[in-house]
Amino acid sequence: MKEKDFRDNITLESFKQTGQGILLTTIDDIIDWGRSNSIWPLTFATSCCGIEMMATGAPRHDFARFGIEVYRASPRQADVIVVAGTIVNKMAPVLKRLYDQMSEPKYVIAMGACAVSGGPFYYNCYHVVRGVDHVIPVDVYVPGCPPRPEALLYGVMQLQRKIKLATITDAVKIQKVK
Amino acid sequence: MEPEKLKERVLTLVPEAELEENKQFLTFFVPAGKLHAAAIRLKEDEDTAFDYLFCQSGTDMGKYLMVVYHLESTLLGHTMVLKVKTEDRENPSFDTVCDIWRTAEFHEREIFDLLGIRFNNHPDLRRIFLDENWVGHPLRKDYSDEVNIVEL
Repeated sequence: MKEKDFRDNITLESFKQTGQGILLTTIDDIIDWGRSNSIWPLTFATSCCGIEMMATGAPRHDFARFGIEVYRASPRQADVIVVAGTIVNKMAPVLKRLYDQMSEPKYVIAMGACAVSGGPFYYNCYHVVRGVDHVIPVDVYVPGCPPRPEALLYGVMQLQRKIKLATITDAVKIQKVK
Repeated sequence: MEPEKLKERVLTLVPEAELEENKQFLTFFVPAGKLHAAAIRLKEDEDTAFDYLFCQSGTDMGKYLMVVYHLESTLLGHTMVLKVKTEDRENPSFDTVCDIWRTAEFHEREIFDLLGIRFNNHPDLRRIFLDENWVGHPLRKDYSDEVNIVEL
């Protein structure tokens, strides 16, 4: 994404460059550098996007290069939940609970058409949640059915860019601006 | 067993079966009342020995409801398909086969859940996927839910 298209956060990026003292921004930079380069995803995949996510973690694409590396089987140790696949109505409360169990700061990537909007299950379906943002707040949407590993890597890089905007004075607020 | 021989043998064992032509599997329609007896015969006969129900599915064909049984013999390596149908949409029911093939127990719960076909003598016939208080059977062609379904 080009700088000018990245509308959601561009004001924040420029604000950060001008609006704060040297001490705070320096501390922020160090913390954000650490956070954005060590994102631990939750082991969570519900369908074919999960296979693509595994391929992204495998040697050919290897998203350990970007620090999103160690799959955690416990939500309490995870920083990001990659919602990789269809979420049906019956799973929605479980997903909500997983999200609630993750410790702050936490991020959500909606991967694939199903997680973005319900995708192929949007019409004439009785059982699918039409977009995971009905259940939990989403930071980055990665479209595709399923997205290629490059697309997920790109989504991760956008998430890192978003994480780099957080400040220790107002971390939560900035995270929720979309 | 060769397909032609198997066809002859099945027709000998289940004379009321009707062959359906041009299908991937050797396919027979069986009258609903004869299904249970036919299934026992097909399983226990030494020449057919269908000891494995590898798929059981329900279908709403619009005019009638149908249950399809995919059978395989792990001893002899051949396969066939049994079908039963009913035009009763209000209260459709067939005899269970889960006393013959145990795996049918969950398959039949699924068919009951999604299509509302009841199975007589099933030990535990209740919904398997949907909530207990769900109203209706969503794989029926005439199922509608104006709240949750976006019609195309």
